[in-house]
Amino acid sequence: MKVFEKTKMLTDAHMHYCPGCTHGIVHRLVAESIEELGLQEKCIGIAPVGCAVFAYDYFNCDMQEAAHGRAPAVATGIKRCLPDRTVFVYQGDGDLASIGMAETVHAAARGENITIIFINNSIYGMTGGQMAPTTLIGQKATTCQNGRDPAVNGYPIRVCELLATLDAPYYIERVSTHDVKHVIAAKRAIKKALKFQSEGRGYTFIEVLVSCPTNWHMRPVDALRFMGEECTKTFPLGVYRDKSEGKE
Amino acid sequence: MSKILLHGTEAICEGAMRNGCRAFFGYPITPQNEVPEYMSVKMPQIGGVFVQAESEVAAINMVYGAAGAGIRAMTSSSSPGVSLKQEGISYIACARIPCVVVNIMRAGPGLGGILPAQGDYFQATKGGGHGDYHLIVLAPSSAQEACDFTYRAFDLADRYRVPAMILADGMIGQIMEPVELPPMRPLSDIPEKPWATSGHYGKDRRILNSLIIKPEQLEPHVNELQRTYNEIYANERKAEQYKTEDAEIILTAYGTVARICKSAVDQLRAQGVKAGCIRPITLYPFPDDAFSSNAERADCKAFLSVELSLGQMVEDVRLAVNGKKPVYFYGRTGGNVPEEEEIVEAAKGALGKAKSEL
Repeated sequence: MKVFEKTKMLTDAHMHYCPGCTHGIVHRLVAESIEELGLQEKCIGIAPVGCAVFAYDYFNCDMQEAAHGRAPAVATGIKRCLPDRTVFVYQGDGDLASIGMAETVHAAARGENITIIFINNSIYGMTGGQMAPTTLIGQKATTCQNGRDPAVNGYPIRVCELLATLDAPYYIERVSTHDVKHVIAAKRAIKKALKFQSEGRGYTFIEVLVSCPTNWHMRPVDALRFMGEECTKTFPLGVYRDKSEGKE
Repeated sequence: MSKILLHGTEAICEGAMRNGCRAFFGYPITPQNEVPEYMSVKMPQIGGVFVQAESEVAAINMVYGAAGAGIRAMTSSSSPGVSLKQEGISYIACARIPCVVVNIMRAGPGLGGILPAQGDYFQATKGGGHGDYHLIVLAPSSAQEACDFTYRAFDLADRYRVPAMILADGMIGQIMEPVELPPMRPLSDIPEKPWATSGHYGKDRRILNSLIIKPEQLEPHVNELQRTYNEIYANERKAEQYKTEDAEIILTAYGTVARICKSAVDQLRAQGVKAGCIRPITLYPFPDDAFSSNAERADCKAFLSVELSLGQMVEDVRLAVNGKKPVYFYGRTGGNVPEEEEIVEAAKGALGKAKSEL
């Protein structure tokens, strides 16, 4: 009896993510969702700059690699011209909430019928652990080595809450990958977002909390625990917008 | 076909739409606001896409997406806005996504002024953003050319998979002239783009990317780009020569200034001075052959580059003339456009200096 099969939406390429990082899990959730919804052939993905920059090697569909922060604009260009395709964007916190905040907010405000998967690991991973717009208060990074001090570094940005102030978004949810239960819930949210897009319902945004054992300087298990216990305090999980449920 | 009176910016839009442009992404900046305004009305009428982007940065990246998906796409801006687009243009050049970028130049640097200038020549012809790359750069000098060159820019961009730029000073953007419009080209007539990321539908998947992290792969890629630029140089250099056959003093200018220079040539000839004018039509590739062939002529004494800058194209003129004859410069900046008389005097001065130094 076959109990598990790797989705065809992922290539066989060896992923470069660090041990204990949960990026790979999110890749699988996105890929499985696209395959299960039968969207693979008409799907175009946008890879970001940052840890997921090589996503074009992993997602087995047409892919564009965008400049840092510009993925929602790139996705807008594709989706407006080819409205019957599925367009998903995969971005990290530096890409989406720092350099790309303008593109993020305006794609949401326009209600582009795209799906954004936002990976929040509270750190710049690829460049080696600098402070991110989502770094927690007190969390150490290479550019705030005594821990994030609000007086100097300001406060972390809660993107779901920010986008939920806009009228256009159809579905906004924050999920996590710190244990199996939450991974399953994350899959449900991602698939729902892609389904909404395929039905032409509008802008969908899933924030996924992800661990970074390497740059948090933690063992993978400790990183998962930190994510579940600490990250979720600053970034509460939940549905911030779901027009299908009447949640405005 | 009869001519209609069109604004330079509208002529650009018509040239684009009539050659298959079906996506326009823009952001307001003077003196090119008429482009996004016109496109916002016209694009929906022909089944195209218009988006007012949140910034010039977003607009060029929307072009990246749309053109990468195989649609003929364009953005337009003016100097400070084009600076903002340079990141995107560099990515587009590396990923080999054909598209058209319009720069209706205003005076700089910085926020500068809103009147005509040609201070973005270096930026347009030498790459503009980071890395080794070039755009195909076309310089219209009338509303008719604004239409025709934009039309042609889409074909050139597609043929070579190189982004093309329409580089016009603010005067060309704001002029109103009679234009004969080309017929609307059916989309079915435009060659397919097998590399476009439009959903693979069971075929091999496509990737558009400008990250080539292995040096043993990036160098061949950059070399391949260079081979394309060499091919463009061999095939596409274009210049108009006006009364150069026996000219002792050759003025050279593009865009609005070229029109004034041609009038100056006529005035100089009326005064008995054998003057001519070379008007580069392609700024990249630079039409160096037009210059070198004239520089070889014994009766050619000197060149004078006239620009709305402090001397940018003159560097390419010097390279093309290669020391065979003296090359002089006359320029105005700040949004000022030289009068015909100023150019006549500058030409006489240049010719006199060249003869005295012989």
